[in-house]
Amino acid sequence: MALKFADYKTEVHNDWCPGCGDFGILNAIQMALADLQIPAYKSVIFSGIGCSGKTPHFINTYGIHTLHGRVLPFAQGAKLSNPDLEVIAVGGDGDGLGIGAGHFVSAGRRNVDMAYIVFNNGVYGLTKGQAAPTLKLGMKTKSLSQPNVNDSVNPIALALVSGFTFIARGYSYDVRHLKELIKKSIEHSGLAYLDVLQPCPTYNDINTREWYQGMGNIDEDTHKQKPRIYKLEDTGYDGRVQSEETYSKMVQAIEKSEEWDEKIPIGVFYQNEQIPSYEERIESRIPSYVRNPPARQTIMDHDGVPTGGISKLLESLRIDR
Amino acid sequence: MTQSYYADNSLTWVIGGAQGSGVDSAANIFSRACAQAGFNIFGNREYYSNIKGEHSYFTVRVSDEPIHSHVDLIDILVSFDAETVFVHTSEMKEGGAIIYDSDLAETTLREVPTIDEYAVRRISSMLESSGKPLSLRGMLDYAHEKNIKLYGIPYFRLLKQFSEQMGDHTLSKLTRTVNVMALSASMAILNFDKHILSESIRYVFRTKPKIAENNVSAANFVYDHVKLQFSSKDLKRELKYKKPLDSTILVQGNQSSALGKLVAGCRFQTYYPITPASDDSEFLESHQILEQSNGEEGSILVIQTEDEIAAVTMAIGGALTGVRSATATSGPGFSLMVEALGWAGINEVPLVVSLYQRAGPATGLPTRHEQGDLLFAVHAGHGEFPRIVFSSGDIEESFYDTIKVFNFAEKYQMPVIHLLDKAIANSVATCRNFDQHRVKIDRGQIVNKIPPADQRVDGKYLRFKLGGNPISPRAMLGTQNGIFWNTGDEHTEEGHITEDPYNRINMMDKRMRKLDVALAEIPNEDKAIAYGNNEDQEVISVLSWGSTKGSILDALNQLNREGEKMRFIQLRLLHPFPASLLETLIRGSKILVDIEMNYSSQLASLVEQHLKREIDYTVVKYNGRPMSSSEIYNALKLITSGNAPRRQVLEYGT
Ligand SMILES: Cc1ncc(C[n+]2csc(CCOP(=O)(O)OP(=O)(O)O)c2C)c(N)n1
Ligand code: SF4
Ligand SMILES: [Mg+2]
Repeated sequence: MALKFADYKTEVHNDWCPGCGDFGILNAIQMALADLQIPAYKSVIFSGIGCSGKTPHFINTYGIHTLHGRVLPFAQGAKLSNPDLEVIAVGGDGDGLGIGAGHFVSAGRRNVDMAYIVFNNGVYGLTKGQAAPTLKLGMKTKSLSQPNVNDSVNPIALALVSGFTFIARGYSYDVRHLKELIKKSIEHSGLAYLDVLQPCPTYNDINTREWYQGMGNIDEDTHKQKPRIYKLEDTGYDGRVQSEETYSKMVQAIEKSEEWDEKIPIGVFYQNEQIPSYEERIESRIPSYVRNPPARQTIMDHDGVPTGGISKLLESLRIDR
Repeated sequence: MTQSYYADNSLTWVIGGAQGSGVDSAANIFSRACAQAGFNIFGNREYYSNIKGEHSYFTVRVSDEPIHSHVDLIDILVSFDAETVFVHTSEMKEGGAIIYDSDLAETTLREVPTIDEYAVRRISSMLESSGKPLSLRGMLDYAHEKNIKLYGIPYFRLLKQFSEQMGDHTLSKLTRTVNVMALSASMAILNFDKHILSESIRYVFRTKPKIAENNVSAANFVYDHVKLQFSSKDLKRELKYKKPLDSTILVQGNQSSALGKLVAGCRFQTYYPITPASDDSEFLESHQILEQSNGEEGSILVIQTEDEIAAVTMAIGGALTGVRSATATSGPGFSLMVEALGWAGINEVPLVVSLYQRAGPATGLPTRHEQGDLLFAVHAGHGEFPRIVFSSGDIEESFYDTIKVFNFAEKYQMPVIHLLDKAIANSVATCRNFDQHRVKIDRGQIVNKIPPADQRVDGKYLRFKLGGNPISPRAMLGTQNGIFWNTGDEHTEEGHITEDPYNRINMMDKRMRKLDVALAEIPNEDKAIAYGNNEDQEVISVLSWGSTKGSILDALNQLNREGEKMRFIQLRLLHPFPASLLETLIRGSKILVDIEMNYSSQLASLVEQHLKREIDYTVVKYNGRPMSSSEIYNALKLITSGNAPRRQVLEYGT
């Protein structure tokens, strides 16, 4: 029986604020899982801490709501122990780019085959609206007493230089487009970063839904309001590395990622399938790794006698030999 | 009959030198050779937090009888630099021997830059008070007056002759064999079997056959030189070949727990480099492909992470998939792991943390020993959650215990902190060959197959099912019909967030009651072991935990031989605390003595808290150097004499 969108829903009461961008992301994840027909028991959603961190409780797959900033190492540990699992990590911008930024960079260097979705709302939602690392310098969202004194991090560029091999951005109110990006992130072999522009109507009164959709963005010629968000694919942009053009594709992705305010691109910025995934790198050291990964190994017989022998090792330590 | 080497058939041999100059290899060769000649070995390594140049030394105690510790006094000191002689001569036994570089005799104390001011002051006052100049010559005179035999070896001249003999004029390459030359000189004065020496050199350098042969030739060259140079009167000591002990292995303390992990079925380990814990992970990584008795292709995946927070959380992620998962660290790393430990606690995840303690706080004495993390391990984390804290006393125990701690983690579904330390990690000992089948694997309540909810009498699978048994069957990520949630928040039976006050009570009770189950089920010998005098009631009971075990046992042997009535109780399970067993074990003791390698007698405070009985005497040490059996012997002697203060602080060590 084919799996439906509804199969991925739980009964858990959702306590996000009305109008929160997180709802769109949640729906897009559930739709992507249904589209890909991934059995619920084979997928695990890991999350960090924040409003975004509650996501797994609303999805009917294994759901592991971890610690603030630590979602990536938790998720990588599970994926590496059992590569058969479909692992998706989600979390806030504070979670992934503030407290968890070290893990972000290191995860990129590994390129484990999984997807990481950051709910980018520019604020620390759950702790009442402090500035998140993605909030631009000088912005004063409504719960800040002073304008933001830190410059913002560019997550697309950071993902790129860290080694993520699929980098995209979606918008939480374009659920269909976002769903397609999530599917691509899941299907990509290697670590995918998906940045999702997520309005937080409660605390971010600058990057609102209306703002993204063009409020205050007046076209000089037509004097009409122009949507800020546009799709990379509509402009003929192609972020995929086909052969030897990694460098130029990286430069192009960084250039695009610097666009903001009047023109904000969404879509796939960069994709490189030529970099071996971490699993492939391990397989070159441990040939049986994918066939018989850690979680699937038998470690004892029926009587509990260990089967992982160290006889040869002990033999080399014997002094009477 | 040849005069034996030492009265009670045991000797202490020390080699010293600059870090990076081959002190370890020389000591490994010596240990291996003596073990092969039929002796019991106990060795330990002392070194600075430095890569090249600072003074390091390796003590090897050799004996006919089983030994478990080091002693204070040195019989044979092997050196090829001046610092070793300056630093260690004060520890020499009368009648001992020093091997030194005769070209260095005129070196002054001030010319050795690596000896720090404190040591310079101590050494100067020692030499001055005996009217000696502040030079190596002065130190050798001092030694001579103490009836210590001196063996000057002209290493440079020997190297030149050796290089001519080898037809190899790249002297610089051959200078790398000085460590083995020094070692070989000591073997010559001990009349040690030359063939076994060669074999041991080949063993230690087994991955580099050319280097091995160079060293064998250099060793033989020096051996013959010493035999010619010194009169037979000077060479009457002997370490006589007997026969290797049956089924004996020579193991390093940084391998034993790792070997245990392989047998225990640990297939995932994470780590961030830190002394003295990284060796454990590096050993596993270099043996990542396993021999499996069932013909399966086995392997262990070892991941070097970006920090200890990633190490512990990645290990937890692994554990959720059902693999036996561990991380190895030391104090600074464990401090970073604490938040995640609580997450594993509330989510009932089996996780093993091998905590190789070293002297803290902060970076403390990064390469030195301490047992300062007991109370930290017991209390680590905010809020309350169950964990097991278990400690091993020596190399052999740490092998079997490692299999046990994985069983505990899975049976009681909680993190286990396995306390090890620098003294164990950097020691080497002969042990009976490890028995891979002695400890069975017990994975506790796990469910691999779950029927759909409508075919189950109790409906849907609930990861944190409440009921009579606080231990609820555990499904792994990826199990059909087993979907569950985890969260660091308080949760429902399914694992969803809830702040309900009554559920909170039930879930807290469920988790904490697992400790009662663990305490009831864990066998007595894994809780505490009583050694020595068990018949007499009027005894002194010595309480301790961890690596002090060997020194206490050796000291007690001696004391009991001398007619003292002493018993040693080694605590192994430290949390949950085995209070009632301990109560039984100390019954009738007239005096309780607590011995541990920290400032505040942390075990003593646990005992007093749980037993409502005061400890009468404490013996502590916190100078970074492990307790020797001589020190413990003296401390206990003072207690039996009735003249001991309530708290004795041991200070020995260089
Ligand atoms: C170690 C730690 N420090 C602080 C917190 C408090 N805290 C909870 S959520 C959060 C910020 C969440 O912001 P973000 O990651 O952007 O998620 P959002 O709520 O915006 O989705 C913080 C600081 C915590 N849970 N853990
Ligand atoms: S605070 Fe913002 S991010 Fe959090 S639920 Fe409310 S609207 Fe969403
Ligand atoms: Mg946020």
